[in-house]
Amino acid sequence: MINRRSTLKSMALGAVSTLALAALGISSAQAENKELKIGFVGVTSGPAAAWGTSNVRSMQTRAAWINETGGVKIGNDTYNINIVTFDDQKDPKRAIAGMEKMAQEGVHYVVGPNVDDGAAAVRPVAEANGIIYFPYAFPKALYQKPASNAVLGMIANYQSGPAIYKYLKENKGVKKIAFVAANESDPLSQRDSGVEAAKALGLEVVAQNDTYQNDTRDFTPVLTPIVALKPDLLVLSGVAPANAPLLIRAARELGYEGLISTETAQDAKVLEEGAGEYANGFISVGGASTPEIASDAMKEFVARYTKMFGEYNDESNTKVYALEYIIETLKANPAAINDVAEFKKTMDTFSAPNPFLKGDAKLSYVGMTSFGQKRQLSVPMVVNEYKDGAFQTLFVGSVD
Amino acid sequence: MEQVIANGLYLGAQYALIALGLTLIFALMNVLNFAHGQMYVLGGFITYTVYGQLGLPFVMALLASGVTLAVIGALMEKFLFRTVIRRSHREESTMLLAAATAFFFDAVILLLFGEKQRGVPKIVKGVFNNAGIIMPYDRMVVGVLAIVFIAAFVLYMQYSRVGRAMRALAQDRVAAQLMGVRVDRYSMIGFAMGAMLAGVVGGLLVTITGVNSGIGGPISIKAFLMVMIGGAGVVGGAIAGGFILGMMESVGLTVLREYGDVTYLVIFAALMVFLSIRPNGLMGKPWG
Repeated sequence: MINRRSTLKSMALGAVSTLALAALGISSAQAENKELKIGFVGVTSGPAAAWGTSNVRSMQTRAAWINETGGVKIGNDTYNINIVTFDDQKDPKRAIAGMEKMAQEGVHYVVGPNVDDGAAAVRPVAEANGIIYFPYAFPKALYQKPASNAVLGMIANYQSGPAIYKYLKENKGVKKIAFVAANESDPLSQRDSGVEAAKALGLEVVAQNDTYQNDTRDFTPVLTPIVALKPDLLVLSGVAPANAPLLIRAARELGYEGLISTETAQDAKVLEEGAGEYANGFISVGGASTPEIASDAMKEFVARYTKMFGEYNDESNTKVYALEYIIETLKANPAAINDVAEFKKTMDTFSAPNPFLKGDAKLSYVGMTSFGQKRQLSVPMVVNEYKDGAFQTLFVGSVD
Repeated sequence: MEQVIANGLYLGAQYALIALGLTLIFALMNVLNFAHGQMYVLGGFITYTVYGQLGLPFVMALLASGVTLAVIGALMEKFLFRTVIRRSHREESTMLLAAATAFFFDAVILLLFGEKQRGVPKIVKGVFNNAGIIMPYDRMVVGVLAIVFIAAFVLYMQYSRVGRAMRALAQDRVAAQLMGVRVDRYSMIGFAMGAMLAGVVGGLLVTITGVNSGIGGPISIKAFLMVMIGGAGVVGGAIAGGFILGMMESVGLTVLREYGDVTYLVIFAALMVFLSIRPNGLMGKPWG
């Protein structure tokens, strides 16, 4: 006898069965996909955690997006992306251990490390184990022959710095320039190349030896003598996102009225909270999410990142690219999936549409001018100006 | 030069406040609290959340930072340090425990508050600019508050019943116990007060320097430096150490700027020479 209760029970069972079958279907479809491991070795704890965290979260967001939409087809196979992570704590010894772990896990493509000494330290491990890695570090020796396994993941300061200084000299009348850097290898080397570029442009360098400990919390004593020199432009060489608002605020509170810039990527929210309106006019190098140039895919990436981690980090505008390049290059030459020699061959001729920019921008490998070989991702050199809580594009450049 | 002195005094006031909690815990329990910087960071993040995110009054945020850290400090003493001190006769056991709690806090703070630098709206706007001295009003307020807190702390330790008991404990633990001082109770109160001071100064300074999850370690190191200069376990020493370090930083960063980052090199070299002459710091023995 059919009554109301049994009808409801049958409907419920039917619904559950349908859902179960659907779930089985989805999981079996996903199970059919192969797994492509992409590594990350970088700093996700300690004072510089912001650099690596924005890196790895960009990769995880993009990987989840790809996996959710059925994976990525490379050759005849479809792959789900698995991001294998390792926190090197900004310690070169741990970075080596991280790269060795990647080798043990059979990973051939690794994003990171985030700093100069870590990137230099992992080179022998990467070369010995057939790993291509994408550091966010600038020493040219990593990308020039005989080195061949490192690919610079962003615009180097010696590429963006001259462009920024030239722009500011021609458009804002900058004549006197001062540099201040943290007493660490990356910022110091960025400062030195910045000084060189400024002198080459005929700018008067009024301060180039001023440094600070990276864990400084109050920059007033550091900036007091520099502000007294009244430079037109104050360059915060290689400044960490955590320190940028503190330096800007201290300079402005000391009465500095000139321009302030850096060649590293920053986060608008951090600037807003830490420096407020003092940060207006601050110039930095970003990626591709300013409203003027961001594509719909970039907007979706930002939305997915925000949903996944609660808050977006503007540094990811640059760091979204590395994984995309790896995948697209593998799609262009599936033989490279386990053979980095094939990957290197493909880099010379590789070209694919850039999904994160409006218009017909392309992904390609560059670096011939700076390194003599294509060992750099072509990331748009977007120079931003901070204004009231957001970045506005000042100008867009490129490297070759 | 006026500016350099003003910078030094301001830095000194904030450094002294940072070092107070550390030296209190050391004096009472002979524990080097490596997690002091992480407690400072946690206090900063609580103020950031209450004042910066929820929009509640700054005083309430500061109170929340102090109370939360006091509770955490009390729990740490009761369930961790008391147990280890009771069971282990080796002093390095408490050091290892303190280091472990520092790493634990680092990880928890990173998970809870993320990797970004955080800041809050200024509590007072405007900049004082007169007689060759430039000083934002909010720094002046924080500097004055730091001095008020230091004075209140010293008076409390000197004249209150709890303060006297804690000083007795610091002087001679066994004698204090024989005289009827409840060692467990006052150790817990002392640890809670030390943690509370770290939380309050973290909350206070988040208005000036912001906070991020990675600065706990460096803050601890700087606090140890001040305590070493002044003399471990000596309240006056911590205050003196804070002001000396602040002044050395301010003068060094101005006078030595042409030579690159040698200020801390000089400070560390001077500290080594100083400690070889006065290994117990300026004020030497445990206070009382």
